[in-house]
Amino acid sequence: MSSLFDKRLVFVTGKGGVGKTTVALALGLAAARRGLRTVVCEVAHQERVSRILGREGVGYEETEIGENLSAMSLDQQHTLEEWVTYQLPSRTLASLLYKNRIFQHLTAAAPGMKELVTIGKIWELAQLHRKTADARPYDFVIVDSPATGHGLGMLRAPRTFGDIARVGPIRAQADKIHDFIVSGKTGVVGVALPEEMPVNEMLEYREALAKEMELDLDVVVANGVYPERFSQAEADALAADGEGPAVKAALTQHRRRLQHAEQLERLDGLPLATLPFLFSPEFHLDEIELLSHELEEQLP
Amino acid sequence: MSVAELLEDKQICICAGAGGVGKTTVAAAIAVGMAERGLKVAVLTIDPARRLANSLGLPELGNQEARVELDAPGELWAMMLDPKRTFDEIVEKHAPDAKTRDAVLSNRIYQELSTAVAGSQEYMAMEKLHELHQEGRYDLLVLDTPPTRNALDFLDAPDRLARFIDSRSLQFFLAPSRTGLKIFSRGTGLLFSVLKRLTGVDLLQDLSDFFASFGSMAEGFRERAKAVKKLLGDERTTFLLVTSPAQEAIEEAAFFRAKLDEAKMPFGAVIVNRMHTEAGEEIEPGLEELVGDELAAKVRANFEDFRALAIRDRANVAELAAGGGGRPPIAVPYLDEDVHDLDGLKLVNEHLFAA
Repeated sequence: MSSLFDKRLVFVTGKGGVGKTTVALALGLAAARRGLRTVVCEVAHQERVSRILGREGVGYEETEIGENLSAMSLDQQHTLEEWVTYQLPSRTLASLLYKNRIFQHLTAAAPGMKELVTIGKIWELAQLHRKTADARPYDFVIVDSPATGHGLGMLRAPRTFGDIARVGPIRAQADKIHDFIVSGKTGVVGVALPEEMPVNEMLEYREALAKEMELDLDVVVANGVYPERFSQAEADALAADGEGPAVKAALTQHRRRLQHAEQLERLDGLPLATLPFLFSPEFHLDEIELLSHELEEQLP
Repeated sequence: MSVAELLEDKQICICAGAGGVGKTTVAAAIAVGMAERGLKVAVLTIDPARRLANSLGLPELGNQEARVELDAPGELWAMMLDPKRTFDEIVEKHAPDAKTRDAVLSNRIYQELSTAVAGSQEYMAMEKLHELHQEGRYDLLVLDTPPTRNALDFLDAPDRLARFIDSRSLQFFLAPSRTGLKIFSRGTGLLFSVLKRLTGVDLLQDLSDFFASFGSMAEGFRERAKAVKKLLGDERTTFLLVTSPAQEAIEEAAFFRAKLDEAKMPFGAVIVNRMHTEAGEEIEPGLEELVGDELAAKVRANFEDFRALAIRDRANVAELAAGGGGRPPIAVPYLDEDVHDLDGLKLVNEHLFAA
C-alpha cells in the first residue's frame, strides 16, 4: 500500500465542526517535517488556519507559515478572476470580462462553474509546472474542504460541469482535472467525531465516494477520541464509593470513552487513525504539533 | 427564559447555526417539547444524513410529513425535504403548459441547478416552509436549516434566487440570432465570442433554452421569494441560534446575530449546546480516603481538565451574552449520553424547557 505522502493532492473532508482544519494542518506539519514542500489550502474563505496560528489572515497569496509549509485561503472571486486571466490573451480583456454583469450572471447561472474554477486552482497548485508566474511547485497540496452538506461537493464539480459543457476548452479542462482526481495521485481523508451520527455520515460519504467517483477513503481520522484514563475496575470503584463532582467527572470521562470505543468499532475495516481529545481550552500551534505526530505514526 | 416562553404565539421557529453544533438535535427536541405541550408541530430538515429520522426513531423520512409516535397531548410530524423533488413540484405546479414543464424538467441546466447549486437547497427549504405555513395545518413549524458553509447563505437564499432569475436577461445575449445582440455594444459582442470559445457553444445553447422556457415562471418565483422573505421577518417567526461553547462557534453565532438584526429578522435566543458544567464546582473533600491516593490523583487531574474547559465555555458564553444584548443564552449541558433518540431528546428538553 502506498503512503498518503506519495499523493500530490489530498482532500480533507467531513461535516462541519469535526475538525477538518485541525487535521489538514496536522497533516501539513507532518508532511513538511518529511521535507515535502507543502501547502494547506482553505476554500471556504474562513481563515481558520490563520485563527489557529494566531496571525493575520493568510489571504489568497501563498504564505509561508513554517519550514516547507505554506497556507492560503481561496475565495471564489479571486479564483475566478485569476482563471479568466489565464484563459485570455490579455489582462484588459480578462478584466473586461469578469467585470461584465452578464458574465457575472453567467458564472452564477452555470451550475458548478464556481466550484470548477476553485478545484481548477487547486489542481494548478498540485502541478509540477505551475501556471502562476514565479510560483514554485509543491510536493504535497492539502485541501481543507468546505463542509460537505450534500454529496461530494467540490470533488464532483469537474464531472458535473463536464456533463453540461460537452465540448470546448472548459470541458477539456474539466476532464483533465477529473482524471487527476481519479488518477491515484489524489487522496481523500475523511474526518469524523467518534459519535453515532457523525460515524453514520462518514460511512454514507464513503459509499457515495465509491459510487460516484470510484474512489475510496485513504484514511478516516477519528478526531477528539477520549483517552483511557480509568480502568473498568477503577470506574466501578468510583461508582460505588463517590458521588462528588470530581468522581462524577471521572465517570463521565470513562463513559464517553467507552462510547467512543464503540463508535470506533463501527469504522473497523477502514484505514483508521485516531486523534485524542485534547483538554486544552485554547487550540493553537502547539496542540496541532502534538496531533501531527500522533497522526504521522498512524498514517498508511 | 425557556423555549416554551420564547415560542408563545410563534408559528415558525428556525434553528440556525454553523455545522456540527447540534442544530438538528435542538430542532427535534424543540418539536418534541412543543408537541408535549399540546401543539401540532412539524419539524423539517433538509439534511439527507438521516439525523432527524434517526433521532425520532423513524427509518426514513420523505418529502411528505410523517407522524412520529409520541405519547403527548399534541402531535409530532417530521419530514426530510428533498430539494430536487420540491423544485420539480414547483415547476410542475407553475408551468403554463405541459410543453414548458417538460422542457424545463429535461433541461440539463435545470437538472444541475435543482440538485447541485449552492443556494437552491436553502431556497427550497424556505419554499416548503412557506407552503406549509400557507396551508395552516400546523400550530408550529420548526425548521432545521441546511448545513451550509456559512449560516448566512440561508438568509441570502431568496435574494440569490431572485438574482439568478434576473439573469434570464442572458437569454437575449445567448441567442444572438435574435434581435438581442444588436442592442449590445461591441464589447459585449466580443465577450460573447470569448465565452463561446471558452465554454463551447452547447453550454450557451442550453442556458439559452433554459431561460427561454423558465422565463414564464420567473415572475412567480420572484413573487414567492418576496413572500418567503416577508415570512422570515414576520413577528410570528423566531430565529434560534444554535452554537457550541467553543470560541470559533461563538464568534460565528455573534456574527450571525448581527446579520439577523441587520436583515431585520426576529431573533429569539442563542442556544449553547454541550456546555461543560464543572466551572463552579470544587473537588469533594476526602477523595484520597475514599478511593486511595493513586486513583484520587487521577480523578483530580481529570477534574481539573474538565473544569478548565468549563471555565472557558463560561467565559465564551458570557462574552456572547455581553455582546448580543437582550436575552441570556439558554445552555444545554454536555450530556453523558450521545443524543440520538427520543429519550435523549427529552433529556435535552429538561434544559431547553427549564423554567
